[in-house]
Amino acid sequence: MAMVSDAPKGNFRLSMLVYDTRYRSITIQVIVLGLFIAFVAWLLMNLQANLAAKDKDISYSFLFNRAGYDIDQQLIPYTNDSTHGRALFVGLFNTLAVSIAACFAATLIGVTAGVLRLSKNWIVGRLMTVYIEVFRNVPLLLWILLAFSIFAQVMPEPKDFKVTQEMVDQGLEPPAQKIFFDSIAITNRGTNVPAPVLDRPLGSFSVLNVPINLSVLAAVAVIWGSFWVNGRIRASAKAIQEDTGFRPVTWWKSLLVLILPITALLFALGFHWDIPAFAVGESGVSKGFNFVGGISLAHSFTALFLALSIYHGTYIAEAVRAGILAISRGQTEAAYALGMRPNRTMNLIILPQALRVIVPPLISQYLNITKNSTLGMAISYLDLKGTLGGITLNQTGRELECMLLMMLIYLFLSLTISVGMNIFNNSVKLKER
Amino acid sequence: MSNSHFVRTQMLPAQKPPVGETGVIKWMRENLFSSWFNAILTFIGLWAVYALVSSSAPWFLNGVWTASSVDECRAIIAASAGEGASGACWAMINERWHQFMFGFFDRDEYWRPLLAFALLFVALSPVLYFNLRRPTMIMVGGAGAVLVVLLWGVGTDGWHLFLAAAVMAALAALAWFAPKHLLWVTLAFPATAFFLLWGGSVWAPVGVMLGFGIAVLIWRALHGLIGVTPAAAVAALVAFVWWGFLQGLLTGALAQALPAFSLPAEDSDRFGGFLLSFVIGVSAISASLPIGILLALGRRSDMFLIKTLSVGFIEFVRGVPLITMLFTASLLLQYFLPPQTNFDLILRVIILVSLFASAYIAEVIRGGLAALPRGQQEAADSLGLDYWQAQRLIIMPQALKVAIPGIVSSFIGLFKDTTLVALVGLADPLQGITKVVKADIAWKAAYWEPFIFVGAIFFIFCFSMSRYSMYLEQKLKTDHR
Repeated sequence: MAMVSDAPKGNFRLSMLVYDTRYRSITIQVIVLGLFIAFVAWLLMNLQANLAAKDKDISYSFLFNRAGYDIDQQLIPYTNDSTHGRALFVGLFNTLAVSIAACFAATLIGVTAGVLRLSKNWIVGRLMTVYIEVFRNVPLLLWILLAFSIFAQVMPEPKDFKVTQEMVDQGLEPPAQKIFFDSIAITNRGTNVPAPVLDRPLGSFSVLNVPINLSVLAAVAVIWGSFWVNGRIRASAKAIQEDTGFRPVTWWKSLLVLILPITALLFALGFHWDIPAFAVGESGVSKGFNFVGGISLAHSFTALFLALSIYHGTYIAEAVRAGILAISRGQTEAAYALGMRPNRTMNLIILPQALRVIVPPLISQYLNITKNSTLGMAISYLDLKGTLGGITLNQTGRELECMLLMMLIYLFLSLTISVGMNIFNNSVKLKER
Repeated sequence: MSNSHFVRTQMLPAQKPPVGETGVIKWMRENLFSSWFNAILTFIGLWAVYALVSSSAPWFLNGVWTASSVDECRAIIAASAGEGASGACWAMINERWHQFMFGFFDRDEYWRPLLAFALLFVALSPVLYFNLRRPTMIMVGGAGAVLVVLLWGVGTDGWHLFLAAAVMAALAALAWFAPKHLLWVTLAFPATAFFLLWGGSVWAPVGVMLGFGIAVLIWRALHGLIGVTPAAAVAALVAFVWWGFLQGLLTGALAQALPAFSLPAEDSDRFGGFLLSFVIGVSAISASLPIGILLALGRRSDMFLIKTLSVGFIEFVRGVPLITMLFTASLLLQYFLPPQTNFDLILRVIILVSLFASAYIAEVIRGGLAALPRGQQEAADSLGLDYWQAQRLIIMPQALKVAIPGIVSSFIGLFKDTTLVALVGLADPLQGITKVVKADIAWKAAYWEPFIFVGAIFFIFCFSMSRYSMYLEQKLKTDHR
């Protein structure tokens, strides 16, 4: 009696395509492929018919036409004579600016709130719980609109900051004051913040009409160099420690290396802050209608940035809390048994282990921040959605081209962020055998 | 020998613990002032609470509930709390709450969305507590009681109040005597809710449901003969033939013959406020669950083509913002449909939001599938179950259980995101309705009240849902740790 028999080698029958598991998956895939191709063909035929009916074609040549609209926040030079393609890039940079700023702020808020929610301090723990639950259970759009309304309705007008002749005579202060050491003025028109200014800049050159500032490049190079030297100092200290058991004192070297070169460079370039202020006439009376100097941030940027970072901060806080709670108590107890203080236990034992639990949800929050920056549309923040998907689309009437291009750009951004963060995730992941 | 030593023969009474180790003081020392850093944090916290309360309390306490305009509100506040005092003008909510809730729905017909809302809970009860008499009974009865109160609150006429109460009482009786059969209510719910909300003739939704019934009958008759997948294909084909060609004839004739079975039709553009949010949120999440399950299974499939298509769809949808999907619904969809097809913006938005949600649900369910040990699939295989039997009986019940918190949080996210439909011109509660209300000169100056009202309602729904999902998670946890 044969215990093992080969599969029957009968002739191939057509019914085997359905009943034989060896062929069935191929059958199914062929059917699915056919249906998919038919579906795509149907869509394309409809598209062709619709375009013909509307007397349109698909062409991206509008990207090289004059845009003719203004964008109030530009990170690269742009006027209303520039092309739609350039407006696209201005929008893209605005998207990136608000997303990156919000990612940093949300991480800061989130880590603080997440750690504080676990604090043994009763009142702080409760306050953080209230903050997290209130902000994450209400739509983001509400926070954006609310922040924008607060800026536009509650903040004083620029003229409230002015010093008039009567005030000088009677020794009074103007009704509104600048905050943060008299440097930042929040008015209902915008937020005026100090601008960094160089008296002796290194000049700039331009690539593809995008100016590249040599002074900034120099500063970045100096900072990078300082960190590299600092890394070398620490590495050599570690090598000495492993050889001899004694760690040489390095903190003053680190401090010197990190601070001295950049300070020297900034001093050589004549760096100072240009603080926004009213022009002052004789006897201290303010002149003009608005602040002079500094950078004026539009409320659409500030409100979107604030709302994004506070809203997504709650999600990051929850991720941080979950990560810390995921580390078993035995780790803390072992650290205490070794005589570590609570602070060092947190920094050296808990957080490094919690990080690998925290990073994946953190990545998805960064993605969400980038995608949710499109909500700036509700308060007329001209990001990619506002330029390419908004004004350009309405002006040229090329919905299909604009929407497809915009989706591809967002897709590209998302994939870039997730690839980059996954590389980071793999580097902090616990290395197992 | 002098007896100089002393031996105590009685126990001393226990001394009271030191003052610092008991009661409030001990609690404060441990929880508020355990170190100097904590003490500073405590004072900062107290200051924050004080600053919040002292700045907002007068505004809330001075609130006025009955007035006909913001100016009148301000006059009342100035009269009662003194000149220069600020206060909320809740009168705006008092006058216009129905628009925030129902949009421009006919006021006499409010019983319809409310009844549909109560039926939603009836439809959910067998899904959550299948064949358990007590909890389904509580859920159905509770929904009925709340419904009667709400109907009375919106001033429904007696006949419809009675009708709704009778329907809910009948369902409660069904829940008591045959909780299993409540599943039929769940299956019929989409058509029922459509009929209640949009009105028109009853026969169109009945015809659509009939198509599903025909498909199921054909599948049951054939799947023993020609196998599961071909039977499903035949059933789907027949159902499409029914919907495409036969249904229209039959329902048209029935609507002509029996015109009494109809409700006044409501156009989609009269939907607004939280009604719109719920319609979009609930239909998108329920449509996205089956699609999401299929996508998750497709992503784990061994078949290259199916896997590629699933991954491509999921990653594309998750990579683009929801707004682009909404604008696709409002601007782009018309290019890809046959010329002169023109259907409702709300329906288009629901379709696109469902596709959007299904990609997220697919990832949540994939997480649930990944949490299952491989042995489960292998055990199913060794029992001789085929693919769909294994998925239905072994894999999905466990994977879905793990995925429940994720599904609920997807729903919460989706429900919050329904506010974005304002950007394509629908009347969501936050922007659309607020704009409509503030277009009235009397309420133009009310800045904060709509935010607070809409935000509070969103908070109540989202917070209770998230707490419920935490409770479910605890309850469904069957691993012993």
